[in-house]
Amino acid sequence: MSEGSPVVKLSGVTKIFGENSQNRVMAVQDIDMRAQPGEFISLIGPSGCGKSTLLRLVGDLTGPTTGEVEVNGKSAHEARLNREYGMVFQAPVLYEWRTVTKNVQLPLELMGYDRSERRKRADEMLALVELTGFGDHYPWQLSGGMQQRVSIARALSFRPALLLMDEPFGALDEMTRERMNMELHDIWQRTETTILFVTHSILEAVFLSTRVVVMSARPGRIATEIPIDLPLPRTFDTREDPRFFELATEVREALRVSEGGLK
Amino acid sequence: MTRSFPQTGASMAEQPGRRSIRLSERLDLSRVFWRVLSILVLVTLIFLLWEGVKYLGGNPWRADENPFGITHDPPYRWKVASDLNLPHLWDIAGSLSDPARRNGPPLITVLLDAALFTFREAVSGFLIGAMLGFFLGTLFAHSLLLERSLMPYVVASQTVPILAIAPMVIIWLKAGWVSVAVISAYLTFFPVTINTLRGLRSPDPTAVELMRSYAATSWDTLWKLRVPAAMPYIFTALKVSATASVVGAIIGELPSGIRDGLGGAILNFNQYYIAGPSKLWATIFITSLLGIGFFVIVTMAERIFLHGRQREANM
Repeated sequence: MSEGSPVVKLSGVTKIFGENSQNRVMAVQDIDMRAQPGEFISLIGPSGCGKSTLLRLVGDLTGPTTGEVEVNGKSAHEARLNREYGMVFQAPVLYEWRTVTKNVQLPLELMGYDRSERRKRADEMLALVELTGFGDHYPWQLSGGMQQRVSIARALSFRPALLLMDEPFGALDEMTRERMNMELHDIWQRTETTILFVTHSILEAVFLSTRVVVMSARPGRIATEIPIDLPLPRTFDTREDPRFFELATEVREALRVSEGGLK
Repeated sequence: MTRSFPQTGASMAEQPGRRSIRLSERLDLSRVFWRVLSILVLVTLIFLLWEGVKYLGGNPWRADENPFGITHDPPYRWKVASDLNLPHLWDIAGSLSDPARRNGPPLITVLLDAALFTFREAVSGFLIGAMLGFFLGTLFAHSLLLERSLMPYVVASQTVPILAIAPMVIIWLKAGWVSVAVISAYLTFFPVTINTLRGLRSPDPTAVELMRSYAATSWDTLWKLRVPAAMPYIFTALKVSATASVVGAIIGELPSGIRDGLGGAILNFNQYYIAGPSKLWATIFITSLLGIGFFVIVTMAERIFLHGRQREANM
């Protein structure tokens, strides 16, 4: 896992909000982490442990107080200006005045792709997330799960090497979530994108990841990292594999320890 | 094996979209029906109220003077309900086909010409005001300093009565349709400024962050996110401005001595009210129809422009 240059590299990263004010909050402290190309890493931890902040630091949506964030060997800032990652939020954040295909084309428009290339890519992406034929619908005409699939298609449309996902399935019901997990796994397998995935769900993290990073409560630190050695590709049977339950238990116990152990 | 239920995905997926489209189409038809019905009911009510007052306290009705052939002596004599102060609605309607002046064209022609003239001034004022309002709103949305320093003056400008501003504008710009348009713009830029500012700031923070994640320029963020998000707010302001621009144009005509518009007609028929009270009333009706007409035009533009948005479909 140590060979090759990492896609994401965090060294001694600390983030403090409101540094010179009364409500000074240390969101994350002293984070060292690497993501190798093609990895699927889940960040899991108690509420408010700074896992979203960590993702936002990688995306240069906020800057570190101390330490260094690198993406593809460049500073996170440069990587953002180079458009080297795609972002998926918990809400789909689709623009309601754009049709589905126009939403998927948004980043391509900003990056100056011509019209025919945009349309071609959008069709490809909609096929990838199994929404072929919905291009001319408006977002409000789609269900929550479909909207989130559009947002994934949008994030992948310009083929970034890195995908940042901030609890993308958090607002979906359990059944839809499991189906989306399967689809995301499928997409990850086909596109070889490196994915950084924030979640609250232990089962989701174990099912999807090659590595689960467990964080401790505020200030957020990396408590432990658990490699997930379930065979690829994962299928519906994976959830019934005894090893799946062992790993889920391992993550659950690591979380309990990180939350203060004795509780 | 890596494929997940494509079947389930597609069939489950199709349901919500189709259903809501059909639902909105059905709503559309019944909406038109109810709107037309409510307008008819309202017009009938106003007619009954108006003529009811005249039936109770107006001048005596003569059979050859009303379309129903009623002869009637009202039990009371109220001053407000006299034929001078409150003409019969059929007299007002009838006056439209009478010549406005001896041997002149019928009143309706004169009023429609005047309405067209005033409409042109109002549209110019509306456009100037809308552009100025959009510009100021955009400026303020991007600079808190400018908003803090200039917004009080924008607000203060609206506390000065338009009647006091109008003569000044005419002194500066000379009497003519340009100064009338400027006076009209003075009334219309304010709602557009406020709503543009509000609308540009309406996008969700994550929608803005999404733009940031694409390293979008602030120009791109403005035109691809903020302005589209502001459009429903801006259209709300434009609807207010459409009617206000007609008022502004009419007020602008008064001190500039322009006689070709509705302002001129109102002054004129007000002066000769005793000779023909229904002419002034007819002018008032045409004026309000002009305001309503402009409002409807903007509403239709809004329909077309915001087509497909959920807010519009739910209205």
